[in-house]
Amino acid sequence: MEPSALSPQGGPERPRRRGRLRTLLVLPLAALALAGCTVPRFGASPGATTSSKSVFHLWQGFSIGAVVIGTLVVVLIVWSVIFHRRRSGAIPRQTQYHIPLELTYTIIPILIVLGLFAATMVVENKEVANPKTSVVIDVNAFQWGWKFTYPGHGVVVVGQTTQDPTMVMPVDENVRINLTSSDVVHGFYVHAFNFSRYALPGVLNQFTLRATSTGLFNGQCTQLCGLYHSLMFFRVRVVTAGQYQSWLTSQANAAAAQAAQSATSQQISSIVPTKPTKG
Amino acid sequence: MTDVLERPAHAEGHGHEEHGPTGILKWLTTTDHKVIGLSYTVTAVVMMVIGGAFAEIIRAQLSSPNGTLVSLAQYNELFTMHGSVMIYLFAGPFAFGALANIIVPIQIGAPDMAFPRLNALSYWLYLTGSITMLSGFFVAGGAANFGWVAYVPLSSSVATPGSGADLWIGGLLLTGFSAIFTGVNLCATIFYLRAPGMTMFRMPIFTWNLLVTAILILLAFPVLTAGLIMLYADRHFGTHIFSVAGGGVPVLWQNIFWFWGHPEVYILALPFFGMVTEIIAVFSKKPVFGYKGMIFATLTIGALSLGVWAHHMFTTGTVLLPFFSIMSLLIAVPTGIKMFNWVGTMWRGQIWFSTAMLMAIGFLVTFLVGGLTGIYLASPPLDFFTHDTYFVVAHFHSVVMALVLGAMGGLYYWGPKITGYMLNERIGKAQFWFLFVGTQVFTLPMYLLGLRGMPRRMAVYPKHPSWQYLNDWATVGAVLIGISTILFVVNVVYSWKRYPAGDNPWDGHTLEWFTTSPPPHHNFYRLPPIRSERPTWDYNHPEHKALEHGHREPAAEGSAK
Repeated sequence: MEPSALSPQGGPERPRRRGRLRTLLVLPLAALALAGCTVPRFGASPGATTSSKSVFHLWQGFSIGAVVIGTLVVVLIVWSVIFHRRRSGAIPRQTQYHIPLELTYTIIPILIVLGLFAATMVVENKEVANPKTSVVIDVNAFQWGWKFTYPGHGVVVVGQTTQDPTMVMPVDENVRINLTSSDVVHGFYVHAFNFSRYALPGVLNQFTLRATSTGLFNGQCTQLCGLYHSLMFFRVRVVTAGQYQSWLTSQANAAAAQAAQSATSQQISSIVPTKPTKG
Repeated sequence: MTDVLERPAHAEGHGHEEHGPTGILKWLTTTDHKVIGLSYTVTAVVMMVIGGAFAEIIRAQLSSPNGTLVSLAQYNELFTMHGSVMIYLFAGPFAFGALANIIVPIQIGAPDMAFPRLNALSYWLYLTGSITMLSGFFVAGGAANFGWVAYVPLSSSVATPGSGADLWIGGLLLTGFSAIFTGVNLCATIFYLRAPGMTMFRMPIFTWNLLVTAILILLAFPVLTAGLIMLYADRHFGTHIFSVAGGGVPVLWQNIFWFWGHPEVYILALPFFGMVTEIIAVFSKKPVFGYKGMIFATLTIGALSLGVWAHHMFTTGTVLLPFFSIMSLLIAVPTGIKMFNWVGTMWRGQIWFSTAMLMAIGFLVTFLVGGLTGIYLASPPLDFFTHDTYFVVAHFHSVVMALVLGAMGGLYYWGPKITGYMLNERIGKAQFWFLFVGTQVFTLPMYLLGLRGMPRRMAVYPKHPSWQYLNDWATVGAVLIGISTILFVVNVVYSWKRYPAGDNPWDGHTLEWFTTSPPPHHNFYRLPPIRSERPTWDYNHPEHKALEHGHREPAAEGSAK
């Protein structure tokens, strides 16, 4: 029973002899196994907070699993593509079931998944915990900018689109963020923290950041929020505790008038969507 | 080799086509599932070309940081409509409206769908919905611009007052009803119209997958329909279901949307999994490895898919339950079973690298990448890290481009059955290489872009040396994919009625390869005995039955006859 050779031009493949290609395929695999002495980064970076480091390690763990399994499947596909290509009109053995094999590739993935889940829960529980802290920053997102309020200090930083409003926070200290939105859904995302969270209207989202190094980091709205979504930037400046205190004092003195204004908007959920004021 | 089916003389008069209207009136009034399916196919491919054109404009805009090809407002419209057209108007209708409509009744030996007029209604609703949604480009304020997920409050009448948004909602409602009716039709057809001998565990995998798809449609689409009506009521009738000001809850929309949206992922994917399964088995000259395991895997995917919607919402902070994480992770298990079954089917086969088979292998590799990166996103900490960045964009484009490879494989595989003519294999293989290489060049840089912090849906982006070359590569990939689409159109035009196919050009397994190409009005003049899920193969190769590993081939007896 030959399939009718009506296939235009391309036609049946000519049988090719590639007998000892197998060795060529096995060699790079062995090399790969030997090279794995230091764990690669798989495109991610450890970041600048305690959480971002555990997220990074979780990322490495998931990536090792993905690379091992992915390589296995690709090798199997390439192997059969090369060695089980059509060579004659003969009909191969019609094997349909191999119960032990099928059970193996059901049970092993379940075990892998349970391991990934356990690692996930360990990291997640640490990351979403909100330990007690005295440093609190209210972050309010609006179309299209950010307002950072320091309750109790009378300090407000506000800026739109490319004005790069900057959130200042101390290093090595738990900083509680109270995240809200005045209008649509926004996304608070700092790449160096390996973290993002939605700012939702009518919802208070709380999380804790603990920076491990000082520096200036880029942040951005990640959830589509309308016309100027692409330009809704902010920055995070992580400073030492002393610098943080003096910054707070200088801001409070310089903007006493603004502080009085901000008292009303400190309420966590501003229910009525408001148009942002300029500047 | 092939049994040339003789057209019984008395059958000539039975073709109802001869009595009815002809020409365009025949097309407008038809209830023949093959004609409706063909209309679906052509419409869906046109939608793919339209959505693809949007994608090319998007990638052209992103080829430089401060692209000026389109404005910020136009960019928002473009990616919204790119996603909407591809998901709602191409992938879904192509998956369960086009090839399913044509092939499922034939695979189970049925003369037509269970409700032929409902089937026609489905198509016309789909066409009307598509035109409605796309007409947004011609109204003041432009088309919908809130992303294909239409998150409230951005899609409220305050943030997006234009009528393009209303046309988007209306168009989606119409295509949603079309999907629901098709789901009803497929369920009824598969449950009630199977030929004698075609038990559930003798149904081809493609039909099985469409059954699970249809059930998922019935469970998920009504929820979307309800959500869209609520959204419309909020916009125009003064309700406050989603508005904070009136005491509503915006996040409810996300829950409703993704309760539909995640099953939708499998509504899109399962039909293509089915196509690929058939193609790999036929071109490896082997039965589907682990046929029953494959079916249970599909059922498991269907069941799990209803309990994972909140993994799209981890960063809302409102649904951070371990339940959604473990359910999402577990989907990797049945998907992995499928992957190993596909490899097992090729293993020790006699693989014939037709265009359809190349597309199927391309699907395997691309879907592998998309599937493995999906596992990361089931883990909330890793999702916080990558959510709304290009990593996610890359992940689902790996998945949907795998589906496009599967769709093309399906067209090359079943095209000859539907039209009676083959497509040119040489152009087909060129198309495959452009599509496959283009897909990788397009998606792989986007993974890195996401890990380097580039958010999605940005019309302009900061000048960043480590972003720029990756964006350039993604654009090159998009161009290669565009060339592959042009090659496909060229192939259809070039091969038009050029290579007659015969009834069984691929030595197929299932019933559609037993009838003529194209099949007659009610599909069959006669049927072979149905004693396994490969009745046509059994008929043509009675001495080569499927085996369990370790069992001996029985002596050739030809008992099937």
